[in-house]
Amino acid sequence: MNEKLFTRPASLLDVPTHYCPGCHHGIIHRLVAEVIDELGVRNTAIGIAPVGCSVLAYDYFNFDMFGAAHGRAPAVATGVKRVHPDALVFTYQGDGDLAAIGCGEIVHAAARGENISTIFINNAIYGMTGGQMAPTTLLSQITNTTPRGRKSESAGNPIRMSEMLATLDGANYIARVSVHDAIHMANAKKCIRKAFDMQIQGKGFSMVEILATCPTNWGLSPLQAVEWLKSNLIPYYPLGVIKTSQEVE
Amino acid sequence: MQEKVLMKGNEAIGEAAIASGCRYYFGYPITPQTELAEYMAKRMAEVDGVFIQAESEIAAINMVYGAAGAGARTMTSSSSPGISLKQEGISYIAGAELPCVLVNIVRGGPGLGSIQPSQSDYFQATKGGGHGDYRNIVIAPNSVQELVDYTVLAFDLADQYRNPVLLLGDGALGQMMEPAVLPDKSEIFHAKPWAACGLRGRDKPNIINSLYLDPGQLEQHNIRLQQKYQTISASEVRYEEYLTGDADLIIVAYGITSRIARSAIEKARDSGYRVGMLRPITLWPFPTHVINQLASRVKSFLTLELSAGQMVEDVRLAVNGLKPVRFYGRMGGMIPTTQEIYEQILNSFNHEEGLSDE
Ligand SMILES: Cc1ncc(C[n+]2csc(CCOP(=O)(O)OP(=O)(O)O)c2C)c(N)n1
Ligand code: SF4
Repeated sequence: MNEKLFTRPASLLDVPTHYCPGCHHGIIHRLVAEVIDELGVRNTAIGIAPVGCSVLAYDYFNFDMFGAAHGRAPAVATGVKRVHPDALVFTYQGDGDLAAIGCGEIVHAAARGENISTIFINNAIYGMTGGQMAPTTLLSQITNTTPRGRKSESAGNPIRMSEMLATLDGANYIARVSVHDAIHMANAKKCIRKAFDMQIQGKGFSMVEILATCPTNWGLSPLQAVEWLKSNLIPYYPLGVIKTSQEVE
Repeated sequence: MQEKVLMKGNEAIGEAAIASGCRYYFGYPITPQTELAEYMAKRMAEVDGVFIQAESEIAAINMVYGAAGAGARTMTSSSSPGISLKQEGISYIAGAELPCVLVNIVRGGPGLGSIQPSQSDYFQATKGGGHGDYRNIVIAPNSVQELVDYTVLAFDLADQYRNPVLLLGDGALGQMMEPAVLPDKSEIFHAKPWAACGLRGRDKPNIINSLYLDPGQLEQHNIRLQQKYQTISASEVRYEEYLTGDADLIIVAYGITSRIARSAIEKARDSGYRVGMLRPITLWPFPTHVINQLASRVKSFLTLELSAGQMVEDVRLAVNGLKPVRFYGRMGGMIPTTQEIYEQILNSFNHEEGLSDE
C-alpha cells in the first residue's frame, strides 16, 4: 500500500477559504495548523481571530476559537489564558488590528509578559475595508487614503512593531519572517513553532510577524505582489529573530 | 442567624462576588469605585483568583469577554466615563451571549463631570449603551445589604440567561458603610458546554463570536435574542412597594434616591398625606406592569432622580396617560434633602387639588 506523505493537518478544516488568489493568509493558516498538530496541542489550542480579512479564521481552524472586537484580541487572549493557563492561546492579527486600533492592547499584553503568542500578519495595508493606509504602510506607498503615496509630513511614518515590542521586558521571543517562497515558509514555520514552544514552557509573550501579500489591494498580480514584497517590504522590515530571551536559547 | 459585618458598599460587592464563585476580575481605577478594584486586588490573591489592572477600560471588558467565553465567572467594575469606554465590549458580550457581571458606580456627567453620586447613566444602562439591539439586566440596589444580595443574584442571572448583568449603584452607595450579612459560598453550578476552553476530547470546536455576515442569519440571531429578552421581562422584574396600599401619590425612585424619599414619605405621612413609593429594583426589565396597575387607583406620580429626568420616561410609558406624572431631579452630584422632597410631595398634593391635570 502507498503511504500518504502529505495530508491536510487535523487542525485545519476541509473547507474552501474566502481569501483572494495569491493572498498569504491561507498559507499562514496552514503553517499554524501544522505546528499545532506537530506539537500535539489541538485539544488545548484556543485561537483568537481579529477583525480584518482573517475575521473568519474560526471557520478554518479545527479547534476552539474566539472572534474578538477590532484590535482587542490580546485582551481577549489574556482573559482566556488566565482561565486556562494550560491551553495554547494565540491571537492572529493584521497590521490594522494590531498596530492601529489595538496598539495599546498588544503593547500591554507584551509588557505583562502574558503567556500567549501572536501571529501578526503585516501586509502593509487594510485588506478587509478595501485598501486604506495601515500604520505599517511604507512611505510613498499608494493606498486609498494615501492616493499620492504616504508622506511622513501628513501621514506619519511606518511603525516597526516587532522592534518596538522587543524593547519590552515581558516579550520573550519576537521574530519577523516571510512566506513568499518555500524556504521562507519553512523558516516561518520554525519560528511559529518556537513561539508556541516558548508559551508551552511558560516563558511569556511571543510574537511572529509575517510579511504577507495583499495582491487585491496592492493592485498587483500574485506574482508581482511577491516581487513587491521582496523588493519593498523586506528592506524596511528586515527578517530574522529580533529578540530571544537568554533562557530560551 | 449569620453575623453582620460593617462594610463599605464597594467592598461588599467584591466580597459577594467572591462568595458567588467569581475568580476573575479585570478593572481600571476610577473614582468612586476604585475601592472595589483595590479590594479585589487584595482578596483575589487570597482565594487563588486572578486580578488584572488592565491598561484601559476597553482592555478590561475584553478580558472579561475572554474569561467569560472560556467558561469562568468574571466581573469588571467602573464608573460612568469608564463604562462609556466599555460599551464596545459590552455590545460584543451581549452579541456573543456571554455571562458576566458589570458594576457601574455612577458619577456626575456628561464628560469628565464630577466624582459625586449621580443617576444620569440610566439611559445608557437600560437602553443599550453600545451599538445594536440588545439588553442588559440592570439591578439597582439601595443598601449595602442589597449590594451583597444582588451581586449574588447577578452572577446567577448572568449564567442562567447567558447575558451581561449590570449592577447600577452610585457614589453614595459605593462609599457608605452599613452592616450586612455576607452570603455563604453560594455558587449555583451552571454547566457551560458552549464555552471555548480547548476541545479536550470534544468533537466539534466551540466558537465564541458575534459576527453573522449573512443578513438572514443575523436576523434569526436577533429574533432569538429578543425572545430571550422577552423571557427575562416576563420572569425577572423586581421591585419594592412601600405604603402603596392607600396612597394617593406614588413616588417612583431607585437606588440612593429611594432612601431619601422614604424619609420624606414618613414625614409626609406624619402630616396626614397618603404617599407611597414604588421602587424599581430591576431597571431593566422595568416594573411597567405594576406601575400601570397602580395608575388605575392612585391620583398621581412623582418621579425622583439624580438626573435631568431619564427613568421618568419609562414611568410615563407605564402610566400611559392615565394619571399625571411629575418629575423632580438634581444633577451634577447634588443630592436632595428630605425636606426638599417633602416639599415636592406637598407641591404634588396642592397641584392635584387645584388642577385636574398638569
Ligand atoms: C471598531 C472598528 N473600526 C473599524 C472597523 C472596520 N475595519 C474592519 S477590518 C479593518 C482593517 C483591517 O486591516 P488589517 O488588520 O490590516 O487586516 P487585513 O484585512 O489586511 O488582513 C477595519 C478598519 C471595525 N470592524 N471595527
Ligand atoms: S483583500 Fe488582501 S488580505 Fe484580504 S483576502 Fe484579499 S488579498 Fe488577502
